[in-house]
Amino acid sequence: MSSLKYVIIGNSTAAVGAVEAIRKNDKEGRIVIIGNEKYHVYSRPLISYLLLGKTDEARMKYRGEDFYSSHQCELKLGRTAQKIDVENKCVILDSGELESYDRLLLATGSSPVVPPIPGLDKVEKKFTFTTLDDAKALDEALFEGTRVLILGAGLIGLKCAEGISKKKVEITCVDLSPKVLSSILDDQSSEIVKKHLEDHHIRFYLNRQVTGFEGNKAILNDQTEIPFDVLVLAVGVRPNISLLKEAGGRTNRGILIDDHCRTSIPDIYAAGDCCESVDVSSGETKIMALLPNAYMQGECAGMNMSGVDYIFDKAIPMNAIGLFGKHILTAGTYTGNTYFESDDQNNYKKLFYSNNRLNGFILIGNIEKAGIYTALIRERTPLDTIDFELICQTPGLMAFNRETRAEKLGGVMNVSVGSTIGISRAE
Amino acid sequence: MKRVYVNEKWCLGCHLCEYYCAFASTGEKDMARALKDIKINPRIRVEERNGISFAVSCRHCTEPLCVKGCITGALSKSGGIITVDRNKCIGCFTCILSCPYGAVSPSEDGAIQKCELCVKTHEGTPRCVSGCPNGAIVFEERGE
Repeated sequence: MSSLKYVIIGNSTAAVGAVEAIRKNDKEGRIVIIGNEKYHVYSRPLISYLLLGKTDEARMKYRGEDFYSSHQCELKLGRTAQKIDVENKCVILDSGELESYDRLLLATGSSPVVPPIPGLDKVEKKFTFTTLDDAKALDEALFEGTRVLILGAGLIGLKCAEGISKKKVEITCVDLSPKVLSSILDDQSSEIVKKHLEDHHIRFYLNRQVTGFEGNKAILNDQTEIPFDVLVLAVGVRPNISLLKEAGGRTNRGILIDDHCRTSIPDIYAAGDCCESVDVSSGETKIMALLPNAYMQGECAGMNMSGVDYIFDKAIPMNAIGLFGKHILTAGTYTGNTYFESDDQNNYKKLFYSNNRLNGFILIGNIEKAGIYTALIRERTPLDTIDFELICQTPGLMAFNRETRAEKLGGVMNVSVGSTIGISRAE
Repeated sequence: MKRVYVNEKWCLGCHLCEYYCAFASTGEKDMARALKDIKINPRIRVEERNGISFAVSCRHCTEPLCVKGCITGALSKSGGIITVDRNKCIGCFTCILSCPYGAVSPSEDGAIQKCELCVKTHEGTPRCVSGCPNGAIVFEERGE
């Protein structure tokens, strides 16, 4: 087979997953990466940590300085793909250049939603918060005492709040939902997090929405007026699907892919935040714009693009978020019966299960060994094969039977064990 | 590659592996002095219940979910060993959320910690293995 040419649109997590997978199988083919940002691949979720001073641009690099050279990638940064010519298998760039492909990956990510609120166009200092340039621009607009209004009390809005708190700004957060982090928390846990944030001087107007802006004043639907200096829009993100949609590929809110990360157009793959995929904890097809899934979809796409039959069918929603020292780990879907524990230290644990399967969980505070719960969800482990009562209290391998434990900790356990001279414990 | 394997049949539940693990990362010569008055936070942990005990540490998985899910790129696998760049890690705990063995934990300084087979502290057999008095923890090749 003659050497293949891989073109990847996007230069973030899913692209890296794909490059690393392709190079496992194909050391010869050309890889061309088209990215609209001018940066070496960096970790997007770290932009709030950058403002907080917990990282810097050098450490934000998601892969080392030599990543592109060691993986033989040709970079076209600061360029935008305008159109896919499916018939001639090429991508048309904003520069007018044509980039032909044998295999194409769309790792185009998502873009912040800008809500259609009257008067928003007249607000001078408004920012979104998903890219490094966003973070730098926002940072420059902030000084001690600056009044910041954040629209959205979700993951992006709250991480932004934490990040900018370092500058001693006044933060007010408005959300349509009656609770903070409404996509990943239930009522009770959300209340714990809200109180914690209020203790760090973030003011909330929940269950309300901005109906209009009058200069530097937001008017809420209950007539509350909030004056501000800087506005941050964090109401959500929308998958970047237009390239594939205009090329005639199947899309819904996101690009539709199968378990090989193939789109409906031959030789075009998609991965990461631009896609919809099946959440195995609920069986529903949805957008799961999460970094781990982006990497694993990118990897899956890369494997298949380079000729290896590879399936990724274990995507679940999962979030690890820290806010002012409090850690929140969640995964899966919150349906079914619940197991619940909490204490006066605001440690919180809720597990959701039904039909002999763990569907989801919320942990706040004590997050030890949370991955054992995640694995039960991801693997759809039948709960009657483990000591479910024990694992609810204490996540651990102890809840599995002896054979499973031996397999997990010993690999091939029945062949010669290194040392057999010890004292055997009573069976 | 050589990995740490555990056989619960031989585990005495003495927790010495945890002490040796904590000792390994101190860089000191004398264990008693190094750990005096310290509450240890080892990377290998013994689970015990109803007379059964066994130690759990990183399996250095062939398909490591912690590495694939790491949001900073601090976790990486090289030469079969998964290590963490503590300078890059910002302690988001996505790896703790991902590890099916519960083998990643928070460290004192906010970054995560995990077994790195003692590659950063000394050469040869990991301390938990050499310190196990009953051969319940071994370091060997078992064909993959």
